[in-house]
Amino acid sequence: MAKKLAEHNPGRKIFSSKIATTVVWFVTIIWTVPTLGLLVTSFKGNKAILEQAWWVSLLHPNFTLANYKGVFLGDGTESLSAGVLPYFINSIVITLPATIFPIAIATMAAYALAWIRFRGSNFLFFSIFALQVVPLQMALIPLLLLFTGGAHIGSIAIFPALGIAGKFAGIWLPHTMFALPLAIYLLHNFIAGLPRDLMEAAYVDGANHFKVFRTIVLPLAVPGIASIAIFQFLWVWNDLLVALTFASGTEEVAPVNSKLASLVGQYGSGYTQLSAGAFITIAIPLIVFFSLQRYFVRGLLAGSVK
Amino acid sequence: MASSALKLQTQSIIEKGESGMSGFLTTNVPKFTSAFSAIAIFFIVLGLLFTIAGRANGKKARPIALIIFLGPALVLLLAGVVIPGVRTILFSFMNPDSNGWVGLANYQWMLEDPNVKIIMINTILWILVVPLFTAALGLLLAVMLDRIKHESIPKSLLFMPMAISFVGASIIFKFVYEYNEPGDVQIGLLSAVVKFFGLTPSDWMLSKPLNTFLLMIIYVWTQMGFGMVILSAAIKGVPADIVEASALDGASGWRLFRNITFPMVKGTFIVVLATGVVGALKVFDIVRTMTGGNFSTNVLANEMYSQTFVQFDQGKGSALAVVLFALVAPILIYNIRSLRKERTH
Repeated sequence: MAKKLAEHNPGRKIFSSKIATTVVWFVTIIWTVPTLGLLVTSFKGNKAILEQAWWVSLLHPNFTLANYKGVFLGDGTESLSAGVLPYFINSIVITLPATIFPIAIATMAAYALAWIRFRGSNFLFFSIFALQVVPLQMALIPLLLLFTGGAHIGSIAIFPALGIAGKFAGIWLPHTMFALPLAIYLLHNFIAGLPRDLMEAAYVDGANHFKVFRTIVLPLAVPGIASIAIFQFLWVWNDLLVALTFASGTEEVAPVNSKLASLVGQYGSGYTQLSAGAFITIAIPLIVFFSLQRYFVRGLLAGSVK
Repeated sequence: MASSALKLQTQSIIEKGESGMSGFLTTNVPKFTSAFSAIAIFFIVLGLLFTIAGRANGKKARPIALIIFLGPALVLLLAGVVIPGVRTILFSFMNPDSNGWVGLANYQWMLEDPNVKIIMINTILWILVVPLFTAALGLLLAVMLDRIKHESIPKSLLFMPMAISFVGASIIFKFVYEYNEPGDVQIGLLSAVVKFFGLTPSDWMLSKPLNTFLLMIIYVWTQMGFGMVILSAAIKGVPADIVEASALDGASGWRLFRNITFPMVKGTFIVVLATGVVGALKVFDIVRTMTGGNFSTNVLANEMYSQTFVQFDQGKGSALAVVLFALVAPILIYNIRSLRKERTH
C-alpha cells in the first residue's frame, strides 16, 4: 500500500523517469560492451583479431571455436602446451573444500557465539569481527614459513613443518583461515536472529546444543549459509594472491585464474589464448552469479546494511 | 623429405595425445579424490564429535559443546591470522631473511626510496578517486533505477562485473585499451573512439599518469555494482510517507534528493565509501596483470608482493604489509564502531 502510494506520487520522481531510463540504459550499455567485446574476440582467429575490430566482425561474422579447443586442451605453444583444463580442474578442487570448510566451521562458531551462554562471549564476537581489519598481506609470509619450515623460537621448533606448501591442503587452509572473520560475523547475524521461543522450547524439551544445531539451526539458516557460501565460492575462484603465494603456478595445483594472469605476461601467448582463456575462467562465476543472483544480493545486503 | 617430417610430427602428436589421455587421467583423478576425501573426512570427524560429545550431560555438557563449536574457528584464527600478524610486525624490523634485527631500516627505506614515493602517491590517488567514483556512480544509478520500469535487467547487467575476477576484468580491459600504430586498424575500443573523435590514440598503458586512472576504471567497473545494489536497497527503505509529506510541502527533484533521500541513505553511502577505500588500498591483481607495477603505476599491495616474493626481502615486504594494515585498520574500526552503536541501540 505504502509502496503503491509512493509510485503514484510525482514527488518521488527525483529525476523524471524518461531521463532516468536514458541514463540507466546508457550506462548499462557502456558497462556491458567490454565483456561483449571479449566474448566476440574469443570466437575469432588470430589474424582476424589483429586485422579487424570486433564490432566490425559482428557485421561480417566469421567465427570459430578453434580458440576454445586450443586453450582448453592445449595448442602446442610453449605457454599452453597442455591447455588450461588441468588448471580448471585445480580450480574446482581448490574451490569446493575452500568453500565448504570455512562455512561449516563458521556456522558452528556463529552458533556458539549466538546461543551458548558463556562469559566473554560478546568480547570474543567483537574480537573475531575486528580481525577483518587484518589484511591478507599481514599473514602471507609467516603462514608460508609455517607450511614450509614450521615455527621456531631461536633454534627450538615449537611447531613442526606442516609440509603442505605446494599441495592442495596448503591452499585450502589459508582460504579457510581468512574467510572466518567475515563468515562468522555474517552467519552470526542470521543465526542470532532465529526465533528465541523456538530455540528455548527445544532446550526445555531436553535437546542439547548438538541436536538443536542439527535439527533447528541448520535448516533455518540455509538461505543465509547459501548466500555466504556463494560469496566464498566466488572469492576463492577469483583469488590471485593466495594462489600465487601458496600454489606457485604449477600445473599440479595452480588454479585457472592464476594461469590466466601468467598468460598475460608471457611472450607468444596470443590474443586467441587470452580471450578464450579469460572467458573460460569467468564462465563459472558468471553462471553462478546469474543463476543464484537472489542469494548473492541477500548476502551482500546482510554484510553491509544489516 | 617434407612428407616424412610431417608424418613424424603427426605420429608424435598422436603418441602425445594417447599418453596425454592416460596421463591426464592419472594426474587429475587423484585431484578429485583428494578433494572429495578431504570433505568426507571433515564431515565424518564432525559427525563423530557430535555423536560422542552429544552424550555428555550435566555440568560438562556446555564446556564440551563450546570447545567443539568454537574451538576449530579459534585455533584457525589464532594460527592463521593473529600469530602471523604479530610475526609480520616483528619481521618488519628484521633483515631480508628474518634472522637479524635491523631496527627501523625497512621503514626508513620507505621514506627515502624514490620508487616508494611514487607508490605512495599512486596509492593515495587510488583511495581518493576510486571510492568516490564507485560510490557516487552507484548512488546515481540507484536513484535512477528507483525511477524506471523493468529495473531488474539493467541492474543485473550493471552488477555482473562483480562476479568477474580482477584478472578476468583486466584482460577484458586489455582488449579495450589495445593500441596499434597510427595507420593500422585500431582494435581497442578506447583507441577507436578517440580516433573517431579525430584525436590521436596513444599507447595507453605507457602514458603517465593517465595509465593509473585507466587501471582505476577497471576497479570501478567491477565494484560499482556493489554500491549500487546496497544503496538501491537503502533508497527503497526510505519510508514512503516521509517522501510524500515533503512532496506535499512542495519539495521535488534535486531538493527532495538533497533534503530527504540523501540524508536517509548517508550511513549506507559512507559504508560504500569505506569499503571502496579498503578495496583500493588492497588492489593488487589489476596492477599486477595490466602493467606488473611498471610505468609508474605501482601500488602498495603489489610492491609488498614484489619485495617478498620477487626480491625475497621479507623485511621490506613485512614493513609494507604493516603500513597497509595501519592504513586499512582505522577505516574498518570506524565501521566496527558504528556497528557496535547499532547493536546497543
